[in-house]
Amino acid sequence: MLLQAIAFYVFAAVTVASGTMVVVSRNPVYSVLFLILAFFNAAALFVLIGAEFIAMILVIVYVGAVAVLFLFVVMMLDINMSKLKEGFLDYLPIGAMIGAALLAEILFGLGVWGSGASDTVQAFNSAGIPPAAIDNTRAIGQVLYTQYFYLFQVSGLVLLVAMIGAIVLTLRNRPGVRRQRVSDQLYRSKEETMTVVKVPSREGV
Amino acid sequence: MVIGLGHYLTVAGVLFTLGILGIFLNRKNVIVILMCVELMLLAVNINLVAFSAYQGNIVGQIFAMLVLTVAAAEAAIGLAILVVYFRNRGSVEVEDINAMKG
Repeated sequence: MLLQAIAFYVFAAVTVASGTMVVVSRNPVYSVLFLILAFFNAAALFVLIGAEFIAMILVIVYVGAVAVLFLFVVMMLDINMSKLKEGFLDYLPIGAMIGAALLAEILFGLGVWGSGASDTVQAFNSAGIPPAAIDNTRAIGQVLYTQYFYLFQVSGLVLLVAMIGAIVLTLRNRPGVRRQRVSDQLYRSKEETMTVVKVPSREGV
Repeated sequence: MVIGLGHYLTVAGVLFTLGILGIFLNRKNVIVILMCVELMLLAVNINLVAFSAYQGNIVGQIFAMLVLTVAAAEAAIGLAILVVYFRNRGSVEVEDINAMKG
């Protein structure tokens, strides 16, 4: 139990610290790398709480796809870093104020919820995670493919639309580029491309 | 030392606040703003999974997966828009993005 607590505090601390570094880092590449670290540690937190499947999905989707996408875009766009960070200190007072207010609100709500609904919280905690009769992945699969099948399909559709949208948005039709157009070549007919000219003798064309 | 639901919710709250703070502080760089949105969605996911685990109800984890899907789609579309914008204007500063100002 103590080991679990230590693991929780380590992972939570690293998550929060790397989240901070995402925000304050000067270089967007470092921001992306700290974002990856934050996601890894959040996945570790999920494993700790008993949600292995979501943890693995988080690592695969975020570290494998989204973070690499961010990294590509950050490296592809040639951005002037020093200029981008100019207004950082200007916005620090108001940003810190709003952040502090929001954090205080969240913690206050948490405290009120914890003290007001103490018996239900105790019930949750004493009941805890149900005994692992079936593992996490099997439990998710049993619900996801039956009860939430349409939601599953719709999320697939969302991904499809996103993929098509991203392709359509970034597809560039550059004018003035000579490409081979195979279909045009194949659909040429003899009549429109070839004429037979009767050349009178001794006069030339 | 029992790690309860409140611990996880606190971590999620701090992460969410960090995301908000990042949006306020990085008023120049759209990429960092997108990353902060991802951070906020991660905080939401931690909330959902924590509640799911402590209530013994698997539905929260299903919902976390849906949030993950939407976050991935949002990142793809947002970055595509960013690439197109950079190609057209040569900059990703927030203050330059005013073409649709009424």
